[in-house]
Order: sequence, then C-alpha cells, then structure tokens
Amino acid sequence: MSFLKPSFRHPKSPTNRLGLTTRAYEGTISTLCAGCGHDSISAAIIQAVWGLGIPPHRVAKMSGIGCSSKSPNYFLSQAHGFNSVHGRMPSVTTGANVANRDLLYLGVSGDGDTASIGMGQFAHVIRRNLNMLYLVENNGCYGLTKGQDSATSDEGSTNKKGRVNPYTAIDLVSLALDLGATFVARSFSGDKEQLVPLMQAAMTHKGFALIDVVSPCVTFNNHAGSTKSYDYTREHVEAAGVVDFVPTSQEITLDQIEGSTKVVDLHNGDKVQLSKLANDYDPHDRRAAFDAVQDHKQRDRLLTGLIYVDPTAENFHDILNLPSTPLNALAQEQLCPGESALKSINNALK
Amino acid sequence: MNPRNMAPVMDAKINDFVVKFANVNGSGSASANSMFAKAIYRMGIPVAPRNIFPSNIQGAPTWYEVRINEQGYLARRGGQVELMVSVNPQSMTEDVAEVCPGGYFFYDNTYPLDFNLIRDDIHFIGLPLTEITNTNFDNPRLQQLFKNIIYVGSLAYLIGIEFAALESIVNDTFAKKPKLIQPNIDALKLGFDEAQRQFSEPLPLQLKPSNANQGKILLEGNAACGLGAVFGGATVCAWYPITPSTSVAEGFEKYAKQFRIDSETKEHNFAVIQAEDELAAIGMVIGSNWNGARAFTATSGPGVSLMQEFLGLAYFAEVPSVLIDVQRAGPSTGMPTRTQQSDILISAYASHGDTKQVVLFPGNPKECFELTADAFDIADQLQTPVIMLTDLDLGMNEHLVDELNWDDSRQYQKGKVLNAQELDQVERFGRYNDVDGDGIPYRTIAGTHPQKGAFFTRGTSRDEYAVYTEKGEAYERNMERLNLKWQTAPQYLPKPIISTKDKSAHIGVIHFGTSAEAVREAIDMLAEQNHRINDLRVLAFPFHAEVTDFIDAHTHIFVVEQNRDAQFKTLLVNELEMDPKRLNSVLHFNGDPISARIVFDNIQAHLSTITSADVA
Repeated sequence: MSFLKPSFRHPKSPTNRLGLTTRAYEGTISTLCAGCGHDSISAAIIQAVWGLGIPPHRVAKMSGIGCSSKSPNYFLSQAHGFNSVHGRMPSVTTGANVANRDLLYLGVSGDGDTASIGMGQFAHVIRRNLNMLYLVENNGCYGLTKGQDSATSDEGSTNKKGRVNPYTAIDLVSLALDLGATFVARSFSGDKEQLVPLMQAAMTHKGFALIDVVSPCVTFNNHAGSTKSYDYTREHVEAAGVVDFVPTSQEITLDQIEGSTKVVDLHNGDKVQLSKLANDYDPHDRRAAFDAVQDHKQRDRLLTGLIYVDPTAENFHDILNLPSTPLNALAQEQLCPGESALKSINNALK
Repeated sequence: MNPRNMAPVMDAKINDFVVKFANVNGSGSASANSMFAKAIYRMGIPVAPRNIFPSNIQGAPTWYEVRINEQGYLARRGGQVELMVSVNPQSMTEDVAEVCPGGYFFYDNTYPLDFNLIRDDIHFIGLPLTEITNTNFDNPRLQQLFKNIIYVGSLAYLIGIEFAALESIVNDTFAKKPKLIQPNIDALKLGFDEAQRQFSEPLPLQLKPSNANQGKILLEGNAACGLGAVFGGATVCAWYPITPSTSVAEGFEKYAKQFRIDSETKEHNFAVIQAEDELAAIGMVIGSNWNGARAFTATSGPGVSLMQEFLGLAYFAEVPSVLIDVQRAGPSTGMPTRTQQSDILISAYASHGDTKQVVLFPGNPKECFELTADAFDIADQLQTPVIMLTDLDLGMNEHLVDELNWDDSRQYQKGKVLNAQELDQVERFGRYNDVDGDGIPYRTIAGTHPQKGAFFTRGTSRDEYAVYTEKGEAYERNMERLNLKWQTAPQYLPKPIISTKDKSAHIGVIHFGTSAEAVREAIDMLAEQNHRINDLRVLAFPFHAEVTDFIDAHTHIFVVEQNRDAQFKTLLVNELEMDPKRLNSVLHFNGDPISARIVFDNIQAHLSTITSADVA
C-alpha cells in the first residue's frame, strides 16, 4: 500500500467538456491492499464521470460497510459521500435521491453488503426503479473481516484455507433480472475497456442500473481453487459484446464495427453501442437475458457486458409524481399551508 | 321482553357519566359510535371517547368508552359505567359486570337474554334492534350498518342527545354522498321512535346543552402529527405499517394531498414511501435529511428496536431526523392495540455506544401538531434525531383540544447550513469544527459548491474536517463536543409546564404525555382532602433546569408513568443524579389509558403513610 499520492500531472492531460482533467475527479489515496480490484473500479469511475463531463460536486457517493464501501473516499473528493450502515446503502440513497433528483447517485456496495445483510434493501430498491447506479464490487468474500465466504461465493470454490464452499451462490445479475431491474450489467475489474462505457451508460440510464463487477480480493480470494480470482475470471469471462457509450454529441459510425451491432437509446439522445454481439444478443429481451445468463453459468462461463436494459420504464420520481424542482429546494411558501388553511381544518374538526 | 327485576333507580346525572359500547369489530360500529360522541361535542358538552380494540380485523369484541364530563375532566374515569350499550353477545358476561349498581344495560332483545346474566341491581333495557333492521332493510350489509345507527337514535331519546346535532353530523359525513343522508336520518328516527314507544320516560342519565366547547375541536393525535409534519415542511415520509402508528403516515398523506399538490401540474410536493421494513424507513429518513429535505418516519416500539443502529449513525454523524413513536404495550409484540409509555429508555439512549437522543413528549393532539412541526426545526438546529413519544391513547383516540393555530410570520429554522456564497467566505470548511463554541458544527448539503464543502459522512471516527482517523484524542474531542451540544440542546426545546397551586406545598407530581388529564383530575380530588399539590409536566429530554428546581422545591415527589419499570424515574435519577428515594413512582401498565382514580389512589395511599406535619 502506498501512503503518498503523486501530485505530478502531465501538463497536456486531456480535459473534458468542463475543461477539467481527471485530476479534478480523484479522491484520497486508497488504503486498500495493493492490487485490489476495487481500486481499478475507482479508477474506472473517475474515467467514467470525467468522460461524461459531470461536475464532481453533482455526484453523491453512497455506500454501506466493507472494503467496497470504503472506496468512495478514493475518487471524487469534491462530491459528498455517505458511508452508512452495513447493507443499508439502498435506503439511505432512496431518501437522498427523493430529496434531490438532480444529482447522480453512485452507490458502491460489496457482495457481503448486498447479497447477505443488504439483500432486502437491494431487492426493494430495484422494485422502485430508483434512478441510481448500484455497483457491486464482488469478490466472493468478506475482506475486512479476513476472508470469510460471502453469499456470492460459488459452490465448490475453495477459500484460502482450502475449505470448499458447500453453499449455492446468489447470482445478483439473475436476481436483478427477476426483480425487474431496468439496467443489468456485469463486468470485471480487470476490464476497464468494458467497465468505463458500461458505467457511463448506467449513469445515463434514468432508472436503476446494476453493474455486478467481479473484483478479486488479492489478499483472501486470489488463489488457485477460488472462482473469484484474477486468473479464474480472465479464463472464464465471456462478453455479450463490446460496449461503447456514445454521448449525444458523437456520431455513430456503424461501418467501423465488425459483426452484429446494436444501438440502445438512452435518455436524451445518449446511446450505448454494443458490437460483436454473440448470436445477435438482444439486451431488450428480459427472458433472453435470463436464458443467456443461465446458459453461460451452466457452461461455467461468466457472461459480462450489458445484459439487459429497458430505457423507457418509469423511475421512482415518475411513480411518486415529483416536481422537477428537487424537494429539498422547495420554498416554505410551497410547503406550509398557513393559518388560513388551518382555520378550515379546525372547522372540519368541529 | 325485558327482565322484570326491580333495580334501584339512580339519582339523576347531568352531563357527568360514562357510556360504553360493546361491539363486534368489523361491523361498522365505529362510525355510529363516533357520531354519538361528536353529537355530544356539538351540544357543547366536553366528551372523551376511547376505542378499546383487538388486534383483529373482524369478529372479535371491541369497545368504545365515552366519558362525558361538564367540568372537562376527560381522562379515563375508570371503574364501572352508568350505561352499557351491548351489541355483542360474545362479551355480554363481562359487559353486564361492568355496569355500576343502578346503571343501565341496553341490549338487543330480538333474542332472549341469558337468565344467568341478570343482575338484580341494574336495569336491563332492551330494544329489538335486529328485528327493526330486518323489517326495514333488505340488504344484509345495510342491516348491519343501520343497526348501529338505530341504537344511536334510541340513545338520543334515552339520554337526551339533540336530534339536530345528529342530523348535522349525518349531513356533514355524507356531504359528498347525499343519497345516504335520508336513509341515515330515517334509521336514527326508527331508533328514536322505537325507544320512545317502549319506554315512557328517558333515563336519569341526561345530556343538557352547554357551551364548554367554545374554541375546541375533536382531534386524534396521529392525524395531528401528520398535519404538523405538513406544516413543519416535511416533504418525505418513509414508514412501515405498524399499529398504532399507521394513521400518522395516512394523516400526512391526506393533508399533503390536500395542500401540496401543484394546482397546475398536479405534481406532488411530497413523497410518501412505504418502506420494506423499519430499517429502510429510518434509512430513507436519514438519507433525505442528509440531503436537505425534511423527512420523518412513524412507528411503534418494535420499529424503534429495529431502528437502533441507524439512530446511532444519525447521532454520531449528526444527521437531523424525526421519528414519531406511537407507543404500545411491549415488550416484543406485547399488546399491539393497548397503550403504554414504555419506550422511554430505548428512545432516550437509542443505539450502541455512548448515545443520547432528544425526546419530545406531547400530551394532547394540539401538542402533537405543534411539537411535530417544531421537531423539524429542532432536528435541523441540533443536527440530531428527534424522537417524539406519543402513545396509542393519544394517537388513535379523539381528544377535545383547543383549536390549532399557526403563526404565518414563523420561518423554518434550518440551523447551520452553509450555502455556496457562505462557503466562499470560509477558509477551510470543517464539518465537525465547533466554530461557535456551542457544540453545533456547520453542515453542507450535497451539490452546493464545486470546490468547497464536500465531506464524507460516516459512522466511523473522524477529525474536525471529517477525515477518517482512529486517533484516540480526535475521537474523544468529538465525543466531548457532542456532549457540549447536548448541554446546548435544552435551549432549543420546549420547557416543562409547571402548575403551581401553592408555593408552600410540599408535594409535587412529575408527569409527561397522556397522564396529564388523569393527574390534573387526581390533584383536584386530592385537594378536596386538603392536600395541596403542584405538578410539572415534562415536554422534552434532555431535561431543563426547571425539573431539578421543581424536585428541590418539594419534599415529596411523585412520578406518574405508564410502564412497569419506572423508566422515566430512571431517566430522572440518571440524568439529574437524583437520590432514587426522592422519587415515588405511580405506575400503571395494564394497557388501558391511565385513570384519575389510579393516580389518586396511589398518591393517597402513600400520603396516608406520612404524618400530616410532613405534607402540610
């Protein structure tokens, strides 16, 4: 683990539409183990938010408890963060999101935080189609308490001490599909090429977006026999296609891409472009998505990429019929009915 | 046929008696019974109706007890009742036993009365309610509903309810369904006429119009909390259904729909979220308040248990939140539909670690309205959770209170929140920096400023600049500052209400919440025995200095509370470092609202053990 962050930057670092370099999107130095998958994800987050040109302070970084949930400290220092209680990030994010619809809500959770203690809240935030990106940094173990199996640890995977996990794994992607999630993706912390555009698409999606990212724990779950190690994941990954995020301003040139291509329209003209799709994979078909996930699982392959998206579904703000002005910005005159209204209430109670 | 026993006839009682209805729940009796109470209210006579209901939806016994008292003593009186209206054969044995000697047992005599039930010392007055409804209505549902209205009509004759008062209520109730007005009035007349035909004289229990209800309304505490949240500027209500708090969220939604829907866009300037459990409910509340919107939840004891972890986070991370706990009888599931004041300690010290929480104790629905609105100001100003403790009796029963009022010049007090311009003036923002020396730091809301004010909210230890640290001294400084904030807190909280009858009196009663009415009446009863007693009603925790002063000023202190373990006394002893022997407990915890009789008996029994010189 390094304890000093280099301050040198190339004078000609590229800038985004706000004129900011990625430096404006960085956080404090990571205290995670050297080589931790989570740090790669943090780097991808910086790239994704920078690339979208979102002002850092317009992001709210939400998390629960665990190694994953510490990581929001390591990106976007100019954004408020909320490291809440174990497994409860979804409810805190729901409240925050309802209070101010205008921020980008970036929830960072882990497999322990989501698939065990936070399972209930995970399920219900999906049902509400809350407009957020829910990242699971999935390493199959409890790192901060020294490597116990988590609920996403595959049956038959061995832990560092050689014990074979006898329990079936919870697959968050299948579960999210079943619960009606409107954006479901999986990725690998080692595949930044895929991860960054996936994140950008998820951040642009107006609804609940899950990215389940296999993020190996170098200290407790990166050995032979583990199904969440770097080596195992690299050997078993199978992408649904190449993912490109295409902002409104950019034109898509289909002829540059080989093989089958699909363009998914997101909010206000932004698009996700999927190319090299295996067997003409259609990410709009929930049932096909489910089948594809199961099919890969049976073949001991890990399907990654954008697995399902429904860009048209009503999100929680629509369901609640909230105004375009965030609730936290309403003036007292809009909130308090005042003495005259109270008189009529008094009369109705006589 | 009515039994021909020759019970003694009681002396006439005007505007001072108790009527109790024994019904089957789910039979539509609630609206008829509430019509009965409201008619008495509209006659200008002080009235206190109370539901005593089961944790059940249909078919179990339920009661509605109405105390009528011209002098305005509206606590539960306790003891037997003058008139029992029996519409439930299941509970007849206990209902007969509850009538006072010389009292009246009104029942449906379509079916014969079990002779074993007959007492010689009470009057049985029967009317063929089922027969009347079956003759007059075809539809079985209407038969059931109108049976209730018919007995109200009969009571109008028997105890002198003004028929015009009943008619006005029917008109108001069915203003939007005018077709139902005439059938209801007809049903009232059926009952009235039948009673007049059967009984040559009304009962000696009589209602006479009064004007004691000028400027008063009948209101339930839960609805008042919901209304207070609307006036207090709450925009988010996250909750999980639990008796007896559910009607708080429902009340908020009802009034929000009335006042918070944009007339043009039809958009909602509020959000009601039915959460998946109480943990999520308080999590949402904390998330909203963290992000600058006023949010609250309503729950009962089991919910407060579940919310403990989050309450510790909100205390330590200093996130304002408002929680309304409508207390019921615990522990565990306890008696879900019975009242208690037994969440005092779990609220005051909610969560693990060193935590202390601000608690408010409203005593009536008007205070529910006011203190709920205030709670949002207090939470924002102190940046901490505020737990309001009401109870089932207060929340789910109508109480006679002064009209509600609101000062239009009042501005919401948002506390120390820095906006972008203010942040520009700050050299280095420190979220947990005690700039003003009152223990209350400044906070910022997400998205305010591009370069300044961002910080990481966490439940783990940090320094004044919200930077993670495990250094003992930084942790200690923070905990000490939280303590300083605690010392600052009382100046933002409502002071206790002290009623000094006599400056030289040696006896003082301390109470809070719904014991207020019972204590007031008991003190008047004791005054008739020449006991001069002052009382102090606590509205907030942490306690004000006035509480200590009151205890110091009296030789004998009684603490009245509705739980087994004297939780409030424990809080006084612990926080004020009192000698426990200084505080005598008056405890009541069987699930019924406390009565004046219970308070009177307890205090009198204690005083009788003391020589008169001590208490003079």
